[in-house]
Amino acid sequence: MKAKHQRLILAVVALAGVAGAGVLGASALRDEAAYFRTPQEIKAGKAVVGEPMRLGGMVAANSIKRQSDGLTIDFVATDGKASIPVQFTGIVPDLFAENAGMVADGRMRADGVFVADKILAKHDEKYMPPQMEGMDKAVAKAAAKT
Amino acid sequence: MHAYANPTRFLAIAKPLTPWLLGVGLLLVLGGAWAGLTLVPGEAKQGETARILYIHVPSAWLGMGGWTSLAIAGLVQLVWRHPLSGIAARAIAVPGMLFTALCLATGSIWGKPTWGTWWEWDGRMTSMLVLLFLYAGFIALTHGDANGAGGQRQGGSLSRGAAIYALVGAINIPIINRSVVWWNSLHQGPSITLGGSSIANELLWPLGLTLLGFSLLFGAIVLMRMRRIIADNRVAARLRRLADDEGHCA
Repeated sequence: MKAKHQRLILAVVALAGVAGAGVLGASALRDEAAYFRTPQEIKAGKAVVGEPMRLGGMVAANSIKRQSDGLTIDFVATDGKASIPVQFTGIVPDLFAENAGMVADGRMRADGVFVADKILAKHDEKYMPPQMEGMDKAVAKAAAKT
Repeated sequence: MHAYANPTRFLAIAKPLTPWLLGVGLLLVLGGAWAGLTLVPGEAKQGETARILYIHVPSAWLGMGGWTSLAIAGLVQLVWRHPLSGIAARAIAVPGMLFTALCLATGSIWGKPTWGTWWEWDGRMTSMLVLLFLYAGFIALTHGDANGAGGQRQGGSLSRGAAIYALVGAINIPIINRSVVWWNSLHQGPSITLGGSSIANELLWPLGLTLLGFSLLFGAIVLMRMRRIIADNRVAARLRRLADDEGHCA
């Protein structure tokens, strides 16, 4: 066997090893590297009351209620399978809206309400010109997933 | 002499190709940016901020494509000892890092008005930042290991360590690509997949122009940098020969 071929086989074997290690590492991180938890995961018991965490999901239709202080809002975060009520006091990003994705930083309260300190809007992968916006909403409702 | 045969043939192609890549690339980038800023409408929800995608997406593509080519060059260097591959890897590193930085910067500028934050440690952003550091490490590893102090390497090739580093770093590329699929993340999922595009055609076409334009510019920069490294090597080789000759005469 030529030295060239030996080097090729060695490189391929080493690459396969490194790739395998990468995949193993990535799958082990599946839970840890998640940026947020979904309502379904929280309902399945992945949330400890009072522990800081992130909740991500769609803002349910007609769920945003503004309290009389003008700053506090209540809404429902959903992933289509489970829903969690959220309360937040502060200013939300412009793209925060019903039927759109959001990520909330905060913690679960004992009564099952997620109290958020910070809210980020999540944009989906769809890019539409303005006149097609109505269609987008229908699609978002149908998909109802982040 | 074998080491010089190929660079000579390479130069014969690279020299006339460079101005074409540069010129056409520049025209496409300017045309695409102009179309993206003026001809197409703003996006329905994000409004005007969405227009940054015409720079952001090509930057991400070239940052990741850059390392992919760099890793292939490292493999070719490691296995076939082709003299041009090491030169190519060294030439790719700097523009690759530049476009990775541009991707992170434009993403951050877009993230503030869209998400409401400049930076979050989600899978996509973190893995892209790791790519930036990988580039920095590669540049530091290969800087001055051509004909510099010690003169370990002749002809601009990579040290074995640098080539292995390039290959191992390539594991980050599929991680960046899949980060928004494997882990739920703040960054949205892929808009353009093999199955089609979820960016409406009206907004999509300038992206084609800038994507091709920036790729051609990238190619032009890499060719120019390769020619420069080859020229440096020739100067160094000539100086070495001169020094040897003088040594014999004395």
